[in-house]
Amino acid sequence: MDFFLQLLVNGVCVGLLYGISAMGFVMIFKSSSVLNFAHGELLALGAFFFLALITWAQIPIFAAFILTLIGCFILGFIIEKFFLRPLIGEKLIFVIMLTVGLAAMFKGLILLIWGGNLHTYPDFLPESLALKLGAIYIAPVYTATLVISIIFLVLFGLFFKQSSQGIYMRSVADNQKAALSLGVNVRRVFALSWAIAAMVASMSGIVLGIINGVNVHDLSSIGLKVFPVVILGGLDSISGAIIGGIIIGLLETFTGGYLSPSLRDVVPYIVLVFILLIKPYGLFGLVEIERV
Amino acid sequence: MKKFSFHPCGNYHENYSQELNIFETDFGRVCLILFLAVLFLVAPFVLSPYMLYILNMIGISAIAAIGLNILIGFTGQISLGHGAFFGVGAYAAAILATRLGLPFYLSIPSAGIITALVGMIFGAPSGRLKGLYLTIATLAGQFIIEYVLIHWDSMTKGTMGITLPTTTIFSWEVTGDRAFFFLIFISLVLTTWFAVNIMRSKYGRAFIAIRDNDRAAEGMGIPIFKYKLLSFGISSFYAGFAGAIWAYYMVSITSEPFNLGLSVEYIAMVIIGGMGNIPGAIFGATFITLLNELLRYLTGVLMNVGFVTSTGLNMAPLREFVFGLAIVLFILLEPKGLAELWRIVRSSFRLWPFSY
Repeated sequence: MDFFLQLLVNGVCVGLLYGISAMGFVMIFKSSSVLNFAHGELLALGAFFFLALITWAQIPIFAAFILTLIGCFILGFIIEKFFLRPLIGEKLIFVIMLTVGLAAMFKGLILLIWGGNLHTYPDFLPESLALKLGAIYIAPVYTATLVISIIFLVLFGLFFKQSSQGIYMRSVADNQKAALSLGVNVRRVFALSWAIAAMVASMSGIVLGIINGVNVHDLSSIGLKVFPVVILGGLDSISGAIIGGIIIGLLETFTGGYLSPSLRDVVPYIVLVFILLIKPYGLFGLVEIERV
Repeated sequence: MKKFSFHPCGNYHENYSQELNIFETDFGRVCLILFLAVLFLVAPFVLSPYMLYILNMIGISAIAAIGLNILIGFTGQISLGHGAFFGVGAYAAAILATRLGLPFYLSIPSAGIITALVGMIFGAPSGRLKGLYLTIATLAGQFIIEYVLIHWDSMTKGTMGITLPTTTIFSWEVTGDRAFFFLIFISLVLTTWFAVNIMRSKYGRAFIAIRDNDRAAEGMGIPIFKYKLLSFGISSFYAGFAGAIWAYYMVSITSEPFNLGLSVEYIAMVIIGGMGNIPGAIFGATFITLLNELLRYLTGVLMNVGFVTSTGLNMAPLREFVFGLAIVLFILLEPKGLAELWRIVRSSFRLWPFSY
């Protein structure tokens, strides 16, 4: 029973991580319907930026965290401005392949600068954050993750419901042409959504880096793990991303624990195919109806 | 006797069969025949083994890229699993050759057919899904096939890999780069010929109709699911065929090369070469293969430059960076690819000295 409970807790923790990794992805898709294959590399960029700030530049943790978020915000802006904007209205394959190309570029760049080894952050989370419930132990990072993801969920919820920019973003996601004709600055919405997404991605990258260490290959493979998560939750639902993340996380840890560790990495994709066949728009996604 | 025709100065077609001609002019036909003659009669006897190896690699990738171009460029279904299908073909040929002892002229086409069936299974979601949902489904297919190739020990021998027997035809051993050159390029010519012709047929027109507007295509009475499946089948047949030849050429295979990176490379070939253009796929395969070889050479050279070694920089990731940059630049600057560049060059020659 303890084994089961520990797996359950681990699964939820891992799932939360997937959830927040997926949030940035959903942000981009929601406003510009771009499928971002460079998401894993954005995670890695954020994580490495933070690493450089705290180990090379010796900046205090909190300041480094804020600087990383700001840096990635600007980076997202630049990516949208120079690479995605010329492609507005182009075919899906070009947009997908552009992000694939960007992914290769970023990965090459990170490998050139930092190499493919595993780096670790210095330990900075207080041990008092750790939770102990009977025989189950929750590491401080996971508590921090839980707190951070709840904060971000609430922030995003407020942003999309209350702020004018958030409402613009939702309107663009819903119907680009209608939004344009009502005077929404669609370009600014796209730029902003990429900037926010890159920022969120860097935040998730840092959290992932604290838990697993910072390694390009691991982080970019998490960028692909995002796909089953967002499909399960619905491509355009942020809370769906968190719930999808938790389901995929549970699925992975239980398969790893009870069936076979090697099956663990492929199970999300098998589930993905079935979801796509049964409920293509996910559990919480908006159903598109085609009329001729 | 028929008059030898050059490029006309306007569109003088009088019926549909003229419109469907592969060669617009006899000049183009003669050029192609001359090119093929040089390729087959001169190239294998002049070039060094290394050059032949590169040519062979180009040929194999070109076969697979043509297949992917039928799916992406003509039918408009984006597949991220082409590398895995290539692997299925390689393993199918290896298993057929070692377990059943089939000769290569049977095992390579059967590997193609097996891959076509696998491709149709993974193309089945296209009945309900389209656009990016289908892309994600094929991404899942890539990972599932990769997993099966590694973990189905009894069949694929897992990470150990399979070693293929030497290929013989009429007691003549097909080994070495030159023999494979003929095998690969005869296959390439045949598959290109097949692809060009299928695109002129009812099937090709149906594919293009589905790409341009699937709802309109269905409204006009084209059973789109059937044709999408067929397109998946043909495209995976090409991948499997190329993979099977590759397996024979490499002699021993492991599951390592058939990853997502390979699938991305094939899509890059299709995009850089030019979507919806059969010769474009060959251009793209040539470009990517040469780029890979050039970057491998360059990084090797850079490693030995004193300055780089002293700073301890590892130049290998430069390959990945330049590869990504090439894709991004082509998409941003010339989305129609090398085929379009080739057309521009040709027409500026044709219109010389009044080119604009």
